[in-house]
Amino acid sequence: MNRDLPTPPGFASIDAVTAALSGAGYIASRQVATALYLAHHLRKPVLIEGPAGVGKTELAVSAARALGYALIRLQCYEGLDDSRALYEWQYGKQLLYTQVLKEKIGQLIDQADSLPEAFARLTGFKDLFFSRDFLQPRPLLQAMEQAGGSVLLIDEVDKSEEAFEALLLEVLADYQITIPEIGTIRAQVPPLVILTSNNTRELGDAIKRRCLHLHIGFPEPAFEQQVLRARVPGIDEALLRQLVNFVQALRHENIRKPPSVAESLDWARTLLLLHAPSLDATLVNDTLNVLLKRESDIQAVLPRIELLTREALAPAPVGGAR
Amino acid sequence: MDRTLVGYVRALRAAGADASIAESIDAARAVAVVGYQDRQALKDALGVVLAKSEPEKAIHHRLFDQYFGLPDLPPPPPDQANAADRAAASDPSSPADAGQGADATPSPADAASAIGQLLALAAGGDGPGQATPLAAALARAAQAAGVDEIRFQTQIGVFTRRLLDQLGTAPLDERLRALLLDPATAGSAEVQAELHQLQAARERLRRAARAVVEQRFELYGRPATEAFMQDVVTHRALGRLSPPDMERMKRVVARMAKRLAVRHSRRRRIKLQGQLDFRRTLRSGAGQDSVPFKLHFKHRRRDKPRFVAICDVSGSVAAHVRFLLLFLYALHGTVADLRSFAFSNQLKDVGPMLENLPFDEAFAQVLREAGGGSTDYGQALVDLQDEHWDCIDRRTTVLILGDGRSNNADPRLDILAELADRAKRVLWLCPEPRGRWGSGDSCMLQYQPFCTQVSHCASAADLERAIDEALAAY
Repeated sequence: MNRDLPTPPGFASIDAVTAALSGAGYIASRQVATALYLAHHLRKPVLIEGPAGVGKTELAVSAARALGYALIRLQCYEGLDDSRALYEWQYGKQLLYTQVLKEKIGQLIDQADSLPEAFARLTGFKDLFFSRDFLQPRPLLQAMEQAGGSVLLIDEVDKSEEAFEALLLEVLADYQITIPEIGTIRAQVPPLVILTSNNTRELGDAIKRRCLHLHIGFPEPAFEQQVLRARVPGIDEALLRQLVNFVQALRHENIRKPPSVAESLDWARTLLLLHAPSLDATLVNDTLNVLLKRESDIQAVLPRIELLTREALAPAPVGGAR
Repeated sequence: MDRTLVGYVRALRAAGADASIAESIDAARAVAVVGYQDRQALKDALGVVLAKSEPEKAIHHRLFDQYFGLPDLPPPPPDQANAADRAAASDPSSPADAGQGADATPSPADAASAIGQLLALAAGGDGPGQATPLAAALARAAQAAGVDEIRFQTQIGVFTRRLLDQLGTAPLDERLRALLLDPATAGSAEVQAELHQLQAARERLRRAARAVVEQRFELYGRPATEAFMQDVVTHRALGRLSPPDMERMKRVVARMAKRLAVRHSRRRRIKLQGQLDFRRTLRSGAGQDSVPFKLHFKHRRRDKPRFVAICDVSGSVAAHVRFLLLFLYALHGTVADLRSFAFSNQLKDVGPMLENLPFDEAFAQVLREAGGGSTDYGQALVDLQDEHWDCIDRRTTVLILGDGRSNNADPRLDILAELADRAKRVLWLCPEPRGRWGSGDSCMLQYQPFCTQVSHCASAADLERAIDEALAAY
């Protein structure tokens, strides 16, 4: 399994991973950094689960940027099959090839005097029909063929069907793809594979066993402030604290789709754009649709906005967190 | 792979976070990369490698501190670990031998030195989290006494005793007994002082041993007990479930539904688009001078199980209702195409409630809307025919959960006959034993001929088997 590869400087230690990611604009928690570090050193894929918008996909993108690897992305959806994920035969070209073959085969056999000789020529003829020339590589095969290393992002794997998981097993375990007509193609440099799942369905045990498992949940207040500070430069510290307090409190409300980090980022940008000096109930009222994407959630929270805003403005962080 | 890690994987398994052998090998590799020095990094690394779902992460989070917080497990570097292994192999035998020697032919020197060692151990302090000689000795003795095998709380006493034996307290006990029984020494202040010292040391050792056994019980025993209780609950008659059983049942049923889902989900693979089957196209074209005259497409048949579940929620099955609905609730997460109805005398579509609400709320709402009346199977069938007949076709499996006691109302066998004709299968799961069918107002015997299968479902295990068979028919 272990091929001799120089470890990129970004993967020298767990702290180096954190530093490299933060250089690419991603603030990684210790768990995240540890998972990536292990993924590289154990040569195992990482399966990331967690609610939408906490930076699962972003992690793969940032990791690729931090390492200087190519990012190859496979977006999963229902009905995704091997011809979209692994490889496909170029049918059109193959059809044309048969036409060409038909014309040429006459010439080839013409000079043969006897049937056995003609047959011998035919069998000696190199068959190109199923060969690399007619192969259209799809993301998984592309990732295997990257000589300079790559990050393979298999996004929202829970959206695909169980059958597709089985397809992934060979790729995930051995970094190789078997094409019946050609043979086994092995990755020159094993890609760093990152799978994400929103948990719309439980993934099979087989796939989980082959992956490292990372769960990214909603962040702690201090951590969320750090992320916002890095992503929305120029935001006022006091406003940042109030904003995070409010969002954190909102996640404890009884709503269907609690705001995620992506939403608080959008909100922070919105507030920055509006030059808001600090939170107040009217401002929250007007911009609530940035945080909450469901009408029923907005209706549920509206009557409590006054209270939540007041709590978020309270100077002690303890009051806001509750 | 070192013993510390193996022990941890075992503890995880006992707590319900299944880690496979492949995963424990990964764990060993991860430890080799991360090392034992940085506890936080070790915890994160093991969490990433061993715990593969949110509940498992929670178990890992709790267990890690519990396990690596044990006083006897300071993560040793490999060579020391081996030394400890050797010590563990040889140590327990030597004090035990010394003990037996003291029993047979009192060899004062041996006994005295054994007692001296024990006193030194006991005096060494046993503060939690400290790697004291006592803790190390206890860990070795626990290993030898097989304390990790503990299953039930009632075994704590026995294992404490065994642990003390392995620790080699026999000479100490012997000496204590001799001092207490010997009338000649009763008056001497010197002997009294020794007696006190020995008793205090003995008590101290006993407490330390008990603490270790209790800790091991928390790690290995309690989860095992819980698994055992869940097993009991699975086979217990549904009518006799107590509230704590019901809580356990929720977990059992959820697991059951997941198992069914895993086993049967492959069958409803859907192929959305046709795809050119190139080889077949070429092969069939060979007859026309290999002009691809007729195109062939790859197809997979769309085959998905459709279920219509009809659940009796009236008073006569009150004891079972909670369970039956719990099962329907779990099934909603499993089967893609499931319609659920509940009735006592009027049929109500309860699918949306079971799908969208947490179970307890859904349960209350179903009973509010459909429960309370006196049972009328005939009316329920009429309602089904009038309002929901179109959801039943030749691919549908109809699942009826109920006792067939219809309060002497017209059972409307004609509708059930038509239903049986229309649907693929009609399964009737009856909580009453076969012997009671047909007694009183039970219409089971009349309904029976129209059903593909009628089963008596007395326990969760029965129910799983029945549903499994139904799903396997696809």
